[in-house]
Amino acid sequence: MKRLSLLVLGVVLAFGVGGCAKRQNTQPTPNGGQVVSDGTTTNKVGSDGTTPGRSLPLPGVSLSTSASDAGTSLATVYFAYDSSEIASQYNDAINSAARRLTQSGSMRLRLEGNTDERGAAEYNIALGERRAQTVKRALVLAGAPESQLLTVSYGAERPAVEGHDESAWSKNRRVDVVALGGTP
Amino acid sequence: MNELFVRSLSRRWSLLSGASLMLLLLAALPARADLSIQITQGVTAPIAIAVVPFAQSQGPWPVDAASVIEADLARSGRFAPLAHGSFLQSPSTASSIDFASWRMVKVDYLVIGRQVIGTANTPAVEFELYSVLTGARLLGLSLPAGNTNVRAAAHRAADLIYENIIGVKGAFATRIAYVLVEGQIPNRRYRLIVADADGENTHVVAESREPLMSPAWSPDGTSLAYVSFESRFSAIYVQTLATGERHRVAAREGINGAPAWSPDGLKLAFTGSTRDGNVDVYVCTVSSGQIQRITDDPAIDTEPVWTVDGRGLYFTSDRSGRPQIYLLSPLVAGQKPARVTFEGPYNARARVSSDGSQLAVITQDQGAYRLAAVDAKSGQGRVITRGTLDLSPSFAPNGQSLIYSTRERGRGVLATVSVDGSISSRLSAPEGDIRDPAWSPF
Repeated sequence: MKRLSLLVLGVVLAFGVGGCAKRQNTQPTPNGGQVVSDGTTTNKVGSDGTTPGRSLPLPGVSLSTSASDAGTSLATVYFAYDSSEIASQYNDAINSAARRLTQSGSMRLRLEGNTDERGAAEYNIALGERRAQTVKRALVLAGAPESQLLTVSYGAERPAVEGHDESAWSKNRRVDVVALGGTP
Repeated sequence: MNELFVRSLSRRWSLLSGASLMLLLLAALPARADLSIQITQGVTAPIAIAVVPFAQSQGPWPVDAASVIEADLARSGRFAPLAHGSFLQSPSTASSIDFASWRMVKVDYLVIGRQVIGTANTPAVEFELYSVLTGARLLGLSLPAGNTNVRAAAHRAADLIYENIIGVKGAFATRIAYVLVEGQIPNRRYRLIVADADGENTHVVAESREPLMSPAWSPDGTSLAYVSFESRFSAIYVQTLATGERHRVAAREGINGAPAWSPDGLKLAFTGSTRDGNVDVYVCTVSSGQIQRITDDPAIDTEPVWTVDGRGLYFTSDRSGRPQIYLLSPLVAGQKPARVTFEGPYNARARVSSDGSQLAVITQDQGAYRLAAVDAKSGQGRVITRGTLDLSPSFAPNGQSLIYSTRERGRGVLATVSVDGSISSRLSAPEGDIRDPAWSPF
């Protein structure tokens, strides 16, 4: 069953959903972009008026995130090391989140998977995704409509707590359940 | 120089279509802190060399080429530059060299040079390499330093000196990309930075409040592919360094990660996932935008990297229960890959040496995460670092060493290690947390 759905999805993907490199080049817009610096003052200028090192200044892009995307945290599910199993203590939180979703059709939940800092960064992204998917399945089993659930994994990139020992790691191995839109 | 500014100013400020994010184009904002380097461990008998401060006509110049050359050679671990206090003379021309005095202080090689303004007002770095034993001139070159680009000319000089003596092309005139994380939770800032291989001359390529990760150099060195979470979901972007122009390559639901350029620069392998969370390796053809799914296993398949011939992909998979390196070659979608690593419970994120003979991986060793060099044919590996959290190895283009991130007093810093583990050095910045280094091609 899973294989079949994967196959169908694979075919869909091959025909260009969200296509790769469709040259979505940055487009000039009347209100787009804001000149923060023209470079002449921020360049490291040598005493002879020239830039030391490589001559080409590299233009940087500053990427801003819309504050409205931040959402509201509903619950956090913590995980044991290298595990994506949900402890039974989170049953109530899962059920309550699922109930809220069914009550507000406009609400969506973003399930943010995270890992501790140890190990390969992209492998941790995959582990975080696995945790987010586990929470997603638990929510669906609790009656939440799948169409209102989004998953994302930040791997080890967005820890909840600074620190480099088990007390920090245990708080960073988590899935944050974040409500978007609707009335949480 | 003026021409460059005009060009950068006339760039069109723009907004990425279809996304609600604003692009603020910052022209050439240098990162605040350049890196400094310390040698932490070296070979027992490095080569004794003396680099005499260069004569500077119409000086002083903003950069002293000799000190850049000296630092490059020292950082390689293969050379021990003589302290200037031990110099008995400081010649800048061939006729003034007294070889007996250099034999007396026991150096094998001598570098002298001059920073000059040539005819047509063009600055240049002239340098000469001598064998102290024979007095023979091994190298004598004048390197143009366009835009008085003394630092770049000095790196090229160091490359030539290294190659002449060691017999392997130097990699000093190359660059590194890395991610610098600053600020406390929840006010973190992520900066994608490009610097010279010695950590100097830093430039912010992209800056965001959401994670940036996994920079990958295009084979021609003109562009970086990287992952940005600026939309709060992951997406892969390709950015042309000289212009700042960028486009989104993959922004599918789920994971868009671990971009890896094919050796011909025509394709990007990356990690994607399905709606139910199955993580697999995909390849997209950059010109057509066509995506092909390569692996199809319920386990995690991620961190693809191309074989040197471009016909296969190494990747990390936990299909055996724990992450190990697998190889799919030839690259036929759905084929069963061969497992490459068998030693230890954790081997992830392979990188391939330029000759294809070695892989660098992250391995679990005595409870720590360290780097191992793995023979690509036999799969046999040896641990080459001794930190507690050594991550993200990236080969120098000459295959002699790796740059990676390690932890020092709770902070991510960059370090280099020779492929045999015998020479290591640390690059440290005064603040922030550094990760995901990637060494540029030549």
